[in-house]
Amino acid sequence: MSNSIIKVRDVTTKFGNKVVHDKISIDIKEGEVYGILGGSGSGKTTLLREMIMLQRFKSGSIEVLGRRIGHLSHKQIAELKQNWSVLFQFGALYSSLNVIENVSIPLIEYTTLPKELIEEIALSKLKMAGLKKEATYLFPSELSGGMKKRAALARALAMDPKILFLDEPTSGLDPVGAENFDRLIRELASLLKLTVIIVTHDLHTIEHVLDRFCIIFEKKILFEGTLEEAKKFEHYAIKEFLKLERKEG
Amino acid sequence: MNNFEVIKENFKQCDIKISQRLDKDSIKAIYSKVKKIQNQKYSFVKIDCSDMTSLDYAGALMIADLSASLCENKASVVIMGMNQDSQSLLFFARKNLRQKTKVKLLKENIFISPIIKAGKYTMDSVGSFIFFLSFFGETVSKFLRITLTPWKFRYKATAVHIEKSGAQALPIVALTSFLVGLVIAYQGAEQLAKFGANIFIVDMVSISMFRELSPLIAAIVIAGRSASSYTAEIGTMKITEEIDAMRSMGFDPINFLVLPRIFALLIAMPLIVFFADIVGVFGGMIVAKSSLGISYTEFIIRARDVVAVKHILIGLFKAPFFGLLIATVGCFRGFQVTGSTESIGHYTTISVVNAIFWVIACNALISVVLTEIGV
Repeated sequence: MSNSIIKVRDVTTKFGNKVVHDKISIDIKEGEVYGILGGSGSGKTTLLREMIMLQRFKSGSIEVLGRRIGHLSHKQIAELKQNWSVLFQFGALYSSLNVIENVSIPLIEYTTLPKELIEEIALSKLKMAGLKKEATYLFPSELSGGMKKRAALARALAMDPKILFLDEPTSGLDPVGAENFDRLIRELASLLKLTVIIVTHDLHTIEHVLDRFCIIFEKKILFEGTLEEAKKFEHYAIKEFLKLERKEG
Repeated sequence: MNNFEVIKENFKQCDIKISQRLDKDSIKAIYSKVKKIQNQKYSFVKIDCSDMTSLDYAGALMIADLSASLCENKASVVIMGMNQDSQSLLFFARKNLRQKTKVKLLKENIFISPIIKAGKYTMDSVGSFIFFLSFFGETVSKFLRITLTPWKFRYKATAVHIEKSGAQALPIVALTSFLVGLVIAYQGAEQLAKFGANIFIVDMVSISMFRELSPLIAAIVIAGRSASSYTAEIGTMKITEEIDAMRSMGFDPINFLVLPRIFALLIAMPLIVFFADIVGVFGGMIVAKSSLGISYTEFIIRARDVVAVKHILIGLFKAPFFGLLIATVGCFRGFQVTGSTESIGHYTTISVVNAIFWVIACNALISVVLTEIGV
């Protein structure tokens, strides 16, 4: 297997007196689709936010692309941030811009591409993400939840990032849409050689998309590995998790 | 660095050679050349990519777009020498190529567009006014209904709003009112001293503060503080669908959100004005002593003799009207918020401007009426 692109070592997180993570360590390898699983409130999203420098942790270290977060200069941070993009749970589209402007804005800010081509790229990313043509010039407030998510995915893909962080990408999508979304993520991961980190508890995603995953249980990493390994792993929480978690509508 | 070369060109055929990198950073330099070729009518185009070292999605999309439009012009396009990765990327880009939908931009006519804008604005204002009438009507009818079932009124929420919009506003009201009292006295003191009419400072400060200035200052401060917060609170609740949730559970938003706020200000405003009266006159007293040598006792005795109680009462009489106006405008604008976060800012601004304007207009109206009936 190839090198670790993200290394999490002994990370402890506390909110006030409440311990969220207790010395957790995971490895995410280059080019894989990695899942962060766990029950509600187990700190999945918190871990993701720590990786993308939106949240501080108490102790331990996180290395992304060989750089240790928390010990970087402004310039290094800016460079590092160019390598990833994030799909937030509710899309987080800029409400003052319409859909195509939302997708174009990273390209306008960070590249020298001609306007025409930027528009073309944005249109194709929207098609890639499966957003209907008619929605191209609408504003986020005029979109449904699922459409917002697709537009946000198109924005996340705009800069062809190396690492793509997805926070519950299939929640709020219809089953068919969710399956297409899963297929799309697989396709993108292999074609664009993305490393994808998904926070999820969608069983379909776990079965069909993830190469490996970790399960956060009672503040610790209970398990890290593939689905086959997880099935052999004797622990009531894993059994329950993989059986009972139902696909979200 | 020339990584996009036209090797051979005649009116029928065009050979292109792409070398080195074709990505986001290198496209800008070659894009005009690409566009030129794109619109030609060749019958055969060869794109040689054997020396291309790297290709990203932007580059792949550019090639896909180029070959698509050439094909549309009835050319046959051959792309050769691509490695496996680039080929699959190109295939992927081709699959996701989406033709631009031509959006017809209506050209603005400089003569007609102001008329259109004025028309739109008028229609919006009319719509807004009708919405206000229905909102106010609903509020009044809900109020009348709740008088029949007074135990359903949200007393606790009302108390909370009295604290938030009333009690917590006292420091800033005190400061503004004190400073206005001080300034009025200063400006007056100079003029009055010229005539040796020092003692009239008492009449001037007391009457103007009691009757006009305190209510107005208090109302403007409260409009700035509370109208904005009411609009922002209710507007955010609308965006996060809290209001819809309330409706679906059978909690009436007017009952839960609007009436407590209106009653809170109806009760708090007279108290705030009375407080502002005291602090404002105290500001005047300090100046009277320091620059005109009128002691506090003298000031108070004179005030008792010459300032009729009606001036204080008129000031206090206005206060609930102002409170009603501010709370109604604040809540109403909150309910107008739709969709985006921008709209919260928009309506909060309108709400404060409206509240202050209507307070001043209402004050003028009351003054005219009272003067006409000779109070």
